[in-house]
Amino acid sequence: MSFSFRRLAFAALIAALAAPVAAPQPSRAADVDILNVSYDPTRELYVAINKAFAEKYKAETGKTVAFKQSHGGSGKQARSVIDGLDADVVTLALAYDIDAIADKGLIAADWQKRLPQNASPYTSTIVFLVRKGNPKGIKDWGDLVKPGVQVITPNPKTSGGARWNYLAAWAWALKQPGGSPETAKAFVGNLYKNVPVLDTGARGSTVTFTERGVGDVLLAWENEAFLSKKEFGDDKFDIVVPSISILAEPPVAVVDKVVDRKGTRAVAEEYLKFLYTKEGQDIAAQNFYRPRDPEVAKKYENVFPKVDLVTIDDPAFGGWRNAQKTHFSDGGVFDSIYTN
Amino acid sequence: MSMSVPAEVAAMPAGIETPALPEDIRSEPRAVRWVVIGLATLFLGLFIMLPLVNVFTQAFSKGWAAYGAALVDADALAAIELTLIVAAISVGANTVMGLVMAWTLTKFEFRGKSLLITLVDLPFSVSPVIAGLVFVLLFGAQGTFGPWLIDHGWKIVFAWPGIALATIFVTFPFVARELIPLMQEQGTQEEEAAVTLGASGLRTFLRVTLPNVKWALLYGVLLCNARSMGEFGAVSVVSGHVRGETNTMPLHIEILYNEYQFQASFAVASLLALLAVVTLLAKTALEARIGRRHGH
Repeated sequence: MSFSFRRLAFAALIAALAAPVAAPQPSRAADVDILNVSYDPTRELYVAINKAFAEKYKAETGKTVAFKQSHGGSGKQARSVIDGLDADVVTLALAYDIDAIADKGLIAADWQKRLPQNASPYTSTIVFLVRKGNPKGIKDWGDLVKPGVQVITPNPKTSGGARWNYLAAWAWALKQPGGSPETAKAFVGNLYKNVPVLDTGARGSTVTFTERGVGDVLLAWENEAFLSKKEFGDDKFDIVVPSISILAEPPVAVVDKVVDRKGTRAVAEEYLKFLYTKEGQDIAAQNFYRPRDPEVAKKYENVFPKVDLVTIDDPAFGGWRNAQKTHFSDGGVFDSIYTN
Repeated sequence: MSMSVPAEVAAMPAGIETPALPEDIRSEPRAVRWVVIGLATLFLGLFIMLPLVNVFTQAFSKGWAAYGAALVDADALAAIELTLIVAAISVGANTVMGLVMAWTLTKFEFRGKSLLITLVDLPFSVSPVIAGLVFVLLFGAQGTFGPWLIDHGWKIVFAWPGIALATIFVTFPFVARELIPLMQEQGTQEEEAAVTLGASGLRTFLRVTLPNVKWALLYGVLLCNARSMGEFGAVSVVSGHVRGETNTMPLHIEILYNEYQFQASFAVASLLALLAVVTLLAKTALEARIGRRHGH
């Protein structure tokens, strides 16, 4: 067996020298590359949307468009775009995260007026996913603070879904007889005492609950709850719809600074408009997002349960900037209840 | 000095038994010995072998075809390619820098030397997440050098150079740490002799120093390579998680797992585990050689 160290060292050297040459991204066949930076549970939705849009775009213009996706907790994703992740479009969980990007000058301040319906082409809400047969008898928000109930929800600091969860719980407590900001704070504080683990994003929490079997109830995006039932079978989980929940409007925006640098504005804008078309709305509904289009909504009305929905513009919250500052910023209400 | 290894050494099986110890060290009662050996085996079996076996069981839970499909998926191939490229870059860089570091620190005397030795270990004591964040703070769009670099068309973070930088940072100590103690032990006598006989600095390095440390160097390279391929934390921070572009194998595994594609995720994981096993076997073989050479 001849084993020459010199030959090996030579091979290693060649590999090291060749690597930087080989490393630049292989040239792609597509005419346009679009990077969609999104939040956690939209993976399946945008795989379907991207495919449909690419086909339509090819048929109309003869050009091919290749999509790339990045997913994670909404707040974390916004942070990455601020730090230089080259997103052509952002499709995040809530308006505040896009506001945060706009504050750094990457997106025009009036972004939410550029597309219909607060730039949110679909909506969702927060429901409970419980183990089959609902062994802990969880019916409404009040049941979540009972002793011995383990609640799974992600960290509101990094996850958009978690912030909607928190605000939905707050809204319910406020609407109870004798409800006030003080009772709401006490209720939400008790709720988080029952949370054994805070994941950074909604999908992480879903995996914790479904795959790892931790907890009795998952506070989940409606679409995420439906998807879990679809993935794991109807015999594993039940969906419980609380008496009050929140109207979650996940917004979308073109990242002006990036598309202008890359020259992709036209395609990026087309792409977001596609979400509002009948075809786009239909795909959203098939992925369990509530469609905005009245006709498509009618078609799927049996899928989505009717819930009393509070919006973020309710006087109790006063819009996302206000809610973010009061509840989730450093030293906000969430910090005071979670650290105590 | 001959560079080739005697055939009988090369042919030696890995993990060969160490020379018999003096009887007094092994004088515990037979029962105690068996209990200790049993406990160690049980622990290894439960905490190391069982999870490893489980990875492969899960990976093949849907048969060979599904296993293959998971590995030739376009995103998986891109992740494997990126992982190999990043490992090659960081191993190359750290081999060169590790040698330079070890050479400087062990063959020369200068002020601040002990501080430098401490700094070599810094990447081991810093959390990988911080290692990643450091590069975002330096090269991110809001960072120190980021705006200038982006204006000039250079993408560092959320692209392969950032991933390579973070990996180099995290794996820097492996080669240097292997070389420094050995080179310290060897001292400078052989080099001094070579220089006295008229060899140039480079020639001394290539013909005296390098051959003396070659097995330790290779051992460091192997460890560095294993960690480069497996690094998750630091890479996760600088990656941006763009599928098919900035995901390394560990990140791709996490994504698949989070997308309910458990079998596919374990298939890619098994490939990574296989690389670890190969590294381990190579390491065992090397240890036998180093032990033989230095008599410990």
